[in-house]
Amino acid sequence: MENTDVYTRLNRIACQLRENVVRMIGVGKVGHLGGSVSLAEIVATLYFHKMTYDPKNPKHPDRDRFLLSKGHTCPIQYAALIEHGVIPREEIAGLKTLAGMLQGHPDMDYTPGMEAVTGSLGQGLSIACGMALGLRHEKRPSRVYVVMGDGEQAEGQIWEAAMSGARYGLDNLTAFVDRNRVQATGHTKDVFDIPAIEKKWAAFGWNVLEIDGHDVVAVCEAIDTARATKGVPTIIVANTVKGKGVSFAEDTAAFHNVALTQEQYDTALAEVIAAKESFS
Amino acid sequence: MSEVKSLRVAYGEALVELGKKSDAVVTLEADLGKSTQSIMFGTEFPDRHFEMGIAEQNMASTAAGLALVGKIPFFNTFAIFAAGRAFDQVRNSICVPNLKVRICGSSAGLSDFGDGKTHQMIEDMALMRALPHMTVVCPCDAVEVKKMMACMLDWDGPVYIRINRNDLPVVYPENERYHIGKVTKMRDGADVAVFACGVMTAKALEAAAELEGEGVSVKVLNVGTIKPLDREAIIEHASGVRAIVVAEEHTIIGGLGGAILEALRGVKHAPAEFVGVEDTFGASAENYDILMNHFGLTSDAIVSAVKKTLPA
Repeated sequence: MENTDVYTRLNRIACQLRENVVRMIGVGKVGHLGGSVSLAEIVATLYFHKMTYDPKNPKHPDRDRFLLSKGHTCPIQYAALIEHGVIPREEIAGLKTLAGMLQGHPDMDYTPGMEAVTGSLGQGLSIACGMALGLRHEKRPSRVYVVMGDGEQAEGQIWEAAMSGARYGLDNLTAFVDRNRVQATGHTKDVFDIPAIEKKWAAFGWNVLEIDGHDVVAVCEAIDTARATKGVPTIIVANTVKGKGVSFAEDTAAFHNVALTQEQYDTALAEVIAAKESFS
Repeated sequence: MSEVKSLRVAYGEALVELGKKSDAVVTLEADLGKSTQSIMFGTEFPDRHFEMGIAEQNMASTAAGLALVGKIPFFNTFAIFAAGRAFDQVRNSICVPNLKVRICGSSAGLSDFGDGKTHQMIEDMALMRALPHMTVVCPCDAVEVKKMMACMLDWDGPVYIRINRNDLPVVYPENERYHIGKVTKMRDGADVAVFACGVMTAKALEAAAELEGEGVSVKVLNVGTIKPLDREAIIEHASGVRAIVVAEEHTIIGGLGGAILEALRGVKHAPAEFVGVEDTFGASAENYDILMNHFGLTSDAIVSAVKKTLPA
């Protein structure tokens, strides 16, 4: 256990990231709310505690890399980079606008701090494997963190990458499954159930950890365990709640990618700000 | 008949040369290293050669990751898998961020003559040249392979390298200065311009020699870079002739022929004809010549196209 102040701070940042996401999505504009906010604690813990990442030098070759294989939930990464000052705060108002920096999926041309182009699901883990392979070959200390969705586990390329990650013993690579149990058109168990995710990854040769993805203590400990694990890559299956922190959006596909009404926006903003203020 | 040489071996040798020049060069392979000849690099630099198994999509995106941390990855497989199976990965992981990845589409065109439709890739130039940022090269012989490969350390962005499986006549002038995007005049002529690439360049030269005996003066232009296409050179070479023929080992839809006529849009030009595969898949055959003959990819076909197109 680390100092409880650390965890309070991370919880507060996670809520701040949720607030940024809600503000980004705004009123009457379609945005991926649910799968962004389910990642708030994981992204806060990585960007504000566990990753080697200097916001003043975001291209440092020895930095740790974070990428979203589930690229549609980039608002949560934008939220973190806004807090870091890598993305200007005023960009919050310009999500998915022609004049803005914040594209609908991660784009290295438009947006500072993006590590890869993702969005066509299934490709991010392979890209992360390539990064980890290259960084290890260069003997750099960097670690690579990549987040997949649980619905995304249906992509065949994920399992190609699972094999090659294990084949090359990429212990500088840590993957997450954001298991929020909801995909675009419904609950994963109803749409396309993928049972025994942990057993599958273990059978593919990965070190598998299962945590509560909203418990920053558990997130910290899992990242430490992954870092200490040698010879194999680690996957952290994080049980999360889609829409976490926005009561009407929790555990429903209805807010996978949808516009908020003014009333919904006001409610969402009030809830995430209240949650943030509870951590002080 | 001039000397024949393997383009694959030239490619493998060139990979090794690049590996000696730069530590950043790495290769990826999907269990076809003996065909693509990436195995030569793997033997020389085992710690920089990554066997990825029979999983081309993962290989393409992994190459993107390697490029993102400063490597110059060459990923190697048959053209059908590089440009076809992994198209979405090539597009999104590699081309959108304009990464310095080299994609070797080996055994391209009909050159894998025995394996039939599923392995003969005659749509790759259309697919690859439609992608923003992508450079597409299709060398005509082993000499051009070497000259093209020598540009691969410095050239920015992704490159699709189309490599024929078979030994082909050596026709590219050893002393010719090569640069990506250049159209090379292989033979001068006044009446007809034949634009060709890959295996068809040598056949165009044969056709030109035959036509000369019949009093038709044909110039042959080797278009080793399909994209970026040197539009000014195409317009210049097409001006003043009375017929244009484009010859390619590719479907006539969207390949070199399409690229040439796109370059000539808005410009008054002579009537044009294509020698290529007519909107169909390939087939298995006993040897390459039989198959090329079956699909009309011969010097005779170029001669006929010239005669048909040349106004009386």
